This record gives sequence, C-alpha cells and structure tokens, in this order.
Amino acid sequence: MKEYIIKRLALGVVLVVAVSFLVFSLMYMMPGDPIDIMISDRVSEETKAEMAHKYGYDLPFFTQYFNWVKGVCHLDFGTSARYRQPVWSLLGARIPYSLRLCSLSLLVEMLFALPLGLLCAVKKDSWIDKFCVNVSLVLTAVPAFWFGTLLIVVFAVGLGWLPISGYQTPAHYILPVAAIAFTSVGSTLRITKAEVLEVLHEKYVTTAYAKGLPRKRVLVKHVLRNSLIIVVTLTFMSIPWMITGAVITEKIFAFPGMGNLLLNSIVVQDMPVVQAVLLIIAILTVICNLASDIITAFLDPRIKDTISGGEN
Amino acid sequence: MGEKLLELKDLSIDYKIKDGYLSAVNKVNFTIDRGEVFAIVGESGCGKSTLAHSILRLLPGGNEIVTGEIHFKDEDLTLVDQERMEHVRGKEIGMIFQNPLDSLNPVFRVGDQIEEALLLDDMSEEDAYKRVIELFKDVKMPDAEERAKSFPHELSGGMRQRVMIAMMLSRNPELLIADEPTTALDVTIEAQILEILKQMKKEFNAAIMLITHNFGLVAEIADKIGVMYAGEMVEQGDVFEIFENPQHPYTKLLMKALPSGTKNDGRLQTIDGSVPRITEKKPECRFANRCPLADEKCRTENPPMEWISDTHYCKCFHLGEEEK
Repeated sequence: MKEYIIKRLALGVVLVVAVSFLVFSLMYMMPGDPIDIMISDRVSEETKAEMAHKYGYDLPFFTQYFNWVKGVCHLDFGTSARYRQPVWSLLGARIPYSLRLCSLSLLVEMLFALPLGLLCAVKKDSWIDKFCVNVSLVLTAVPAFWFGTLLIVVFAVGLGWLPISGYQTPAHYILPVAAIAFTSVGSTLRITKAEVLEVLHEKYVTTAYAKGLPRKRVLVKHVLRNSLIIVVTLTFMSIPWMITGAVITEKIFAFPGMGNLLLNSIVVQDMPVVQAVLLIIAILTVICNLASDIITAFLDPRIKDTISGGEN
Repeated sequence: MGEKLLELKDLSIDYKIKDGYLSAVNKVNFTIDRGEVFAIVGESGCGKSTLAHSILRLLPGGNEIVTGEIHFKDEDLTLVDQERMEHVRGKEIGMIFQNPLDSLNPVFRVGDQIEEALLLDDMSEEDAYKRVIELFKDVKMPDAEERAKSFPHELSGGMRQRVMIAMMLSRNPELLIADEPTTALDVTIEAQILEILKQMKKEFNAAIMLITHNFGLVAEIADKIGVMYAGEMVEQGDVFEIFENPQHPYTKLLMKALPSGTKNDGRLQTIDGSVPRITEKKPECRFANRCPLADEKCRTENPPMEWISDTHYCKCFHLGEEEK
C-alpha cells in the first residue's frame, strides 16, 4: 500500500510538471505583451524595455519557464500585473473562500444525493423515484450560472430573504452553495441509484436478509456501504470539476474566491495569476484522484489487496 | 419420524413477464418433519431455487405472484408480517445458497458477518466472537481464529461455503434450506460439506431441505425425495422406494443419466431437449414433449396423483409401462 502511494505520488509530480509546462507555454503564446498590461501604452519603448528586463520578459522562453518553476517551488508565483502584488498573497486570501464554498457544496450535494439515491432505488418506479429522477435531470441540464441567477432573482431580489452577493456572513454562502450543489446533485443521485440497484441484486444481500437482519440494517449496512465504493470514488474525482464549475458561480455572487480572481485575470490578461490558478487546479486534480484511489482501497478490501500485491 | 415442521399446500409461483406469466412453480405439496432430510431433485430451471427462496420470502420482489400456503410450525408464512418474517429468517429457518463465491459481502470480515447474525439474539460481542470460533471448529474450518479475520476473497470456495454453513447454523434454526450447497465446489469438498450437514442433522435434530441435481448426494443423506419437473412435483416418496422403484418416466431417465461404470460402457445417457418455459397453464403433462411414453392423453389432460404406497406418489398416466 505504501509503495503504491509513493508510486502514485511520483506519477502525480510528473503530471503536474507536464501541466505546468503546458500552462506556461499556452500563456506565453497568447497574443498581447504582458508589459502592455502593466503600464500605459503612452510610455516610451525604452521604459517598456526596462520593465520587460526587470520582470524577466526579455529572456528566452525556457529560461523564463525555469525561472517561473523555480519560483513556484518556493511558493513564489511572480507578481500580478494588475494588482502589483505577489500572486501568492492574492491567492492566499482567496483560496480559503473557494475551499469553504466547494466543501460546503460537496457536503450539501452528498446529503441530498446519497439518501435520495438509496430511496429512489429501493422505491424504484414509485412517484418519489420519478420525481427525484426528473428533477435531477432538469437540474443537471441547467447551467450553474443560470440557476444561480434564478436563485438571486427569487430569494434575494424577490423575497429578500438572503443577501444578493458578498461573503461576510454565513447567509452569504447559502445561495452560491445551493447553486453549485443542486446543479451537481443530479449526477451523483443517479450514480447512487444505479449502484444501489445493482447491489440490491447481489447474492450477499439475500444472505443478509436470510440471516434475519431487519430491512433497514440490510439497506444501510450492506447495500449502501457497498454502493458507496463507486460513489465516493467518482465524487472525489469530481472535486476539480466542481472547483472549475464554481468559477462562474463565484463571479455571479461576487464571491471573492479563486474562480472570481481567475476570470478577472483572464479578462485583463494577468498571466502570472492565471498560470498560478491553473497550476493549483492541476495539483488539486492529481491529489483528488490519488485520494479517491486510496479511499476506494480502504472501502474495498479486494482492491486493497490488488494494489498492495496481495501482502497483508 | 414425527412432528410436522413445514408443510407446503398447493404452492404456486408465477413470474409476471412482458406479456403474460411464467409458471415457475405449480401446485407443489410436501411436508418435512423434524429431523428429516427432504431432497428436491431436478434439472436446472425447474423451479427448485424459486421454491426454496419463496419459503423465506426471499424472491427478488415485485414481479412474482405466490399462491398457496406455507405452513411452518403453526403459522402460514405467506401471511405473517415483515417483522415476524425477519424473526423466522436465520433464527428458525436458515438457508445456504448455491454459490458461496458471491453470497458473502466482500467488504466485511467473515467473522463479523457471522457475529452480525448472532448479535440479533441479545448476545455480548465477546460471546459472539467465541461462538464464531466454536462454529468454525464445528464446520472444520482450518485456523479458525485466523480465518474469522479474513475477507471473503481471501478464502477458497469450500471455506466460504463453510462460513455460510456456520452463519446459517449459528442461531440453531429448526430447518435448514440448502440450495445446491455443493454445486460450485469440487468433489472432495463436497464430501466434507455433506459430512457437516449429516452431523448437524444428528446433533441438533435439524430438518434439512436439500435442493440438488446430484442423486449421489441424495442417496447419502436424504430420507425423502421429491422430483421436480418444470415447476411441478412429479414424483415424491421415501428415498429407498424411489431409488429402487422409480415410477415417473422423468425420474427413470434422470437415474439413467447418472454416470456409472467406465467409459467403455458407452455414452452417458441424456434426456433430449430442455425444461420448457411454461407461460400458459393448460391441462397437459409438462413432460410430454420429452417423454418416450407420451400419447395424446398426456397432451390434453393433467395426469393425476397416483399413490404407489402410502409414502410414494407419481403424476403419470403410464405407470408400470416400459419404454417402447
């Protein structure tokens, strides 16, 4: 098991390095000169050249890349062209907001998707199943930004129950969390339902009934527990998607997270910030995939044995 | 042998299918006394497993229609409520399944899965653990303590079946339903499992309903035999009577299909065709299309139950006739 984790981590590092190169070269190839963004175009060419030299934009591509990577290793992502601040301090202030928003959304999503998925599977073809499946279908099809806007129109503008945008109080979190959670709850619900339906037909479920366990115990302990293996794996793998999905939602609710920063930075071509955010998302993806594998191994002893080569 | 434990009266099970019904079990009657081993023999697809599952109400649920009565001790199991049924399962009637490979939950340790059953009976966890080890020794599980901590995938098929047997005996049920308990196992393991079942019968005076297509197993352990064909019990009787004097053409063919002698004795006898899917209940003998003795009457009338002795009956128009 330990060996496996180390192997996967090493692979993850390789992946992150590859992504960092891609991100950097994409930004490098983008039209527009970073210097133009930093200062007015009315300054002389000489001053521009001086600026370019100061920030290292006159160096060859690979030197620039290696300098950047060197900096990144020390958590120095360069200086934001727009805010004239180190990127890391910009991010440091915003990452906690994004993490809070996404973990709350994930929690809410699971709180709805798991029990309802189980219920839909057990009461297959009942009105509650049909209702949940149809609603989740609609919610999955609706884009988060539209749903978010709808929530604002109804609950903030219309009813006035909740603040329109911002981040200061817990109440500010309710609408953005709802926008993210309810647009992603559908797929998790349907996966849970499909898994539960499959597990319900497993012979060990019949065994559980045959030994005299009450129905509730069978459903929660044997059926849900085994269905969770896949659900948890997929959920963990969906976290990076959720974070990228939150980008637009954050913008709508003027939420000061990473996503909002990323969007603003793309618009003004603030390359150092864009590079940093993309790299962080890449690292997060690698971590989440690894975490999902490790959790799966702990949930399913068969997989644990396979990846640790049978030794105990 | 005495007290009646289980009695099935006109039990029929139909599955709803796309357009109509599939008759899986049709008007089956039999009784099992305490301490008795009743074997149900028949080809794959003849409704044996459906019958067994229906007694504990373990059919998949939703699309089957069960009619008739299942009397266990003094109540009809088709009528009792869910809670009572949960109490009967495991505690009064235990069931061993055909395929031990996927009858155990892959994510729990086998010892814990047995303990889970024991803990239903106000037992402390410590006592439950001791009992598991005891049971493992009863079913001749090697390295009992070690194995209790294993996951199902770490055990061989034979060991998993021992776990199943231990689990189902753990609460001392009065009746054990064994649905082809050795089909998925090899011959040496089969003999050991058989030995365990015999011992259980002797020690606890448990009744066993054994479902199998293996006449060898039947001869070893059964007191009574019921031969099933296409959902119907075509012949039933004392084990000696059936072996010595099989009456139904199907029973005779089944016995001929048993391997005996050496390869030099020629090809193994087979029965042409396969068990038909019965989607329409009409008066006929369900075996008619494969029967060497079938005539017009067999295709238009239900054969009656003919009693050959007070313990042996057969459903056939052509009793005593030999194959042409």
